[in-house]
Amino acid sequence: MTRPDVKQVWEWLDGVPDPEIPVISLVDLGIIRGVAWQDDTLIVTLTPTYSGCPATSIINMDIETALRGHGIERLELKRQLSPAWTTDWLSGKGRAALEEYGIAPPQPAGGPTRCPQCKGSNLEKLSQFGSTPCKAQWRCRDCLEPFEYFKCI
Amino acid sequence: MTQVDQNALTQFLLRLGDNTLVLGHRVSEWCGHSPVLEEDIALANTALDLIGQTQLWLGLAAEVKGNDSSADKLAFLRDAWDFRNVLLVELPNGDFGQTLMRQFLFDAWQSIMLGRLIKSSDPRIAAIAEKVSKEVTYHVERSSGTVVGLGDGTDESHARMQVALDYLYPYVGEMFLSDDTDAAMVQAGIAPDPSSLRAEYDALVGKVMAEATLVIPDRAYTHKGGRTGYMHTEHLGHILTSMQWLQRTYPGAEW
Repeated sequence: MTRPDVKQVWEWLDGVPDPEIPVISLVDLGIIRGVAWQDDTLIVTLTPTYSGCPATSIINMDIETALRGHGIERLELKRQLSPAWTTDWLSGKGRAALEEYGIAPPQPAGGPTRCPQCKGSNLEKLSQFGSTPCKAQWRCRDCLEPFEYFKCI
Repeated sequence: MTQVDQNALTQFLLRLGDNTLVLGHRVSEWCGHSPVLEEDIALANTALDLIGQTQLWLGLAAEVKGNDSSADKLAFLRDAWDFRNVLLVELPNGDFGQTLMRQFLFDAWQSIMLGRLIKSSDPRIAAIAEKVSKEVTYHVERSSGTVVGLGDGTDESHARMQVALDYLYPYVGEMFLSDDTDAAMVQAGIAPDPSSLRAEYDALVGKVMAEATLVIPDRAYTHKGGRTGYMHTEHLGHILTSMQWLQRTYPGAEW
């Protein structure tokens, strides 16, 4: 087969949704650290978000399924721990999609700046943890709705 | 990097991995039983992080050990005498306060240890430490906050936290003991001497306990024997019967 351009592969990967937060892609999440050809083998380098995140194995499977669907025959997924994943690697498109979906994007200050529903700024933390390792639970005191905040790490 | 005895390196990695494995399992016992939903989720997430860290440490231990070893085999097919965790992490959960007190006493040590391991001469260990320290920073923030909240809380919560500290504190010293394995790690630049972490630990724990209005007991006596495998408490065997049941009953079963 002809080797598709790595730029093309990045586009394909941008079409693979995160299994837990399907409004953002794996590329938006910033966990794909490299795409390269080594002879006839496509090497995709990934870094985990949290070391115990159960989505990691699903993510590997989804990447493999997607790339095989695009005709990639020889594929190798490599795990890279360092540099450690940071929410700074979330794309701008991903951050906007998170808020639109009802999840406040990470902020360096350590907490959300506004409610993703009503945009109110009168917020309180309910718990430092949430439904997935990457999120915490907050509530808006203006609209009284609870919401999730994507932890900044 | 200085050549290091691979058996000593395996022992060192087992100590790190067994700490997070046993504590992760302990904390997971709270799942569905916590006082409020938010705390249940928080404990389950903490346990998940610890089990994830275990996969990294025991995965590396298996790689160093060779002989077709794996993180799963190490976790599920060793018996109590082969475990190298400190006794602190195998102690029973007790009430919610005792669980969080144990968590803080361990988190404080782990956060300081990981800060040093980031500079390890073994790049594999440095990479894991870099990754894991982010999670552990978050754990310390939460466990210290809860210890302060409950310690400096109601009369009831204060009394329970003091009982928890009195019970757990004699197990703290084991985290700072050194032996030949540690000496080999120090010599190879892989890890610090555990005793060198004590001053920083005492400063952190002292600050949090003062804020929590709790009194640190006299540390004349230290329970030990877990990290050397000399003698675990009776509790470890009970953890293993539950944790290892599936692999013992259905060998090789996969998710």
